[in-house]
Amino acid sequence: MKEYFGNIFTALSTIFIGMKITFKHLFTPSVTIQYPSVRPELPERERNRLYVNMDDCIGCDQCSRACPVSCIEIETVKSLPTEDLGKTSNGKKKALWVPTFTIDFAKCCYCQLCVFPCPTECIYMTDVYEFAELERGNLIYDFSSLTHEERQEKRDNFAKLTAQKEAEKLKAAAAPKPEIKKDQQEEK
Amino acid sequence: MYNLFYNITGSGIISGVILALLPLFAFILPFALFAVYLERKVSAHMQDRLGPMRVGWHGWKQTIADILKLIQKEDIVAKDNDKFLFNLSPIIVFTGSYAAFAVIPFSSYFIGSSIDLGIFYIIAITGLSVAGILMAGWSSNNKYSLLGSMRSVAQIISYEIPTILVVLSIVMVTSSMNLHTLSEMQTGYFWNWFIFGGPGLGLTKFLLIPFMIIGFLVIYISTLAEVNRTPFDIPEAESELVSGYHTEYSGMKFAMFFLAEYANMFAVSAIVVALFLGGYQSPFGYLGNLFNAHWLIPIEQFFWFTFKGVFFVFVQMWLRWTLPRLRVDQLMTTSWKYLIPIAFVNLLIIGLITLL
Repeated sequence: MKEYFGNIFTALSTIFIGMKITFKHLFTPSVTIQYPSVRPELPERERNRLYVNMDDCIGCDQCSRACPVSCIEIETVKSLPTEDLGKTSNGKKKALWVPTFTIDFAKCCYCQLCVFPCPTECIYMTDVYEFAELERGNLIYDFSSLTHEERQEKRDNFAKLTAQKEAEKLKAAAAPKPEIKKDQQEEK
Repeated sequence: MYNLFYNITGSGIISGVILALLPLFAFILPFALFAVYLERKVSAHMQDRLGPMRVGWHGWKQTIADILKLIQKEDIVAKDNDKFLFNLSPIIVFTGSYAAFAVIPFSSYFIGSSIDLGIFYIIAITGLSVAGILMAGWSSNNKYSLLGSMRSVAQIISYEIPTILVVLSIVMVTSSMNLHTLSEMQTGYFWNWFIFGGPGLGLTKFLLIPFMIIGFLVIYISTLAEVNRTPFDIPEAESELVSGYHTEYSGMKFAMFFLAEYANMFAVSAIVVALFLGGYQSPFGYLGNLFNAHWLIPIEQFFWFTFKGVFFVFVQMWLRWTLPRLRVDQLMTTSWKYLIPIAFVNLLIIGLITLL
């Protein structure tokens, strides 16, 4: 008998305790963030989509080598001696054209390892994290600042230059070159 | 109300049809839409979420959009369903809950039918939905649906007993089953409500109060079980039975089950309100009497009735998002070992007090 009424009392009292808790929660502000219209504030050192400032890139290929998943693909071409590529913002002289600089964000693991080796700090993380695509190919971002014609032109120029040098070398091999020796001696 | 429509239209049939359809279109549909929205909001805020926020201001148009979607949806009937029963059962379930609204007194001027068997009629007609639920489970040809509907039937039948015993104790005090008369008896201020011992004065009133409160709790718990709401929602236990007897239903037939569920929620709250909490009576007297504007009184009464009804619907939701689901044996224990003996003893004591 005692147990019977005890059960009733426990049932009712625990229900009221539970109802008190849920009623309190009815008026606590909700934790929901209404995502597309309200965005959460991200931490300062967030790691999201990479960006490459091609004005500063010297084509040193260090980021590509640091990448653990090989998502950065860089192709560099030497410039002609007559061409002036300008300087980077921290005073380094640019000597290479970069006809290919692609980052495949389908592969990228956002580890930020590519950011630290960059001597000109031209590759860095941005705060953009919404870049979903319907096709995987669209995730390959091309950062090169040259047009496709220019790229081909630079490659051709380089090929011509190397061909010219090859020809010169062959000539030099045919006839010994006193000038070069003289240069070396001067250096010494 | 019937006389008013009769004077306007001049035809008994037309005014009867209007009077029959009025609670459906003026009350049940808007209430179901509102209650679904309220349920989602209440559940969300109790879990520190926001609930629907996109459609309209704070998502108030969400349920309207939902019902439009349900109307457009394909009506899927599986190959092995019992087609006749499958199509009939949502109609029966909805009819059962809709017919109960015929005798619910919304105000002193609007009551579908002021019959003397009022509360008896409600208990009888809501039994119809049990048949509908069993038909739905059987005709779905799905073991989960059948299990759910069988559980539902067992539950509704066992919880009807404490409900009826408490109703009986009220009937013993008042010697009337007409809900309109019962509401009229509780006129005046809130201490005339039956939960506070009824309109009489003297010793019997004060002796009745604790037993009336017990009766109120018993009928509230058992009606909660009768409409299959949490913590008594084992017929549609989502984690065990997909969603019980309406698993196989889609589109408008599913919407009818849903509508019936919410209509039932209000119907049982309305019964509790009419029996224990003064029905449509205002707890503090009427503004209409104060300002000598008697046309205002029915509107105020309607407001008080819906307010009390919606408040108890809110308490049902509150309980739903507070308590976990009972096991089948716990469910039967609650009914047969606790509610029924308490209701019986309560009935006896109230009977003895009324003899005084």
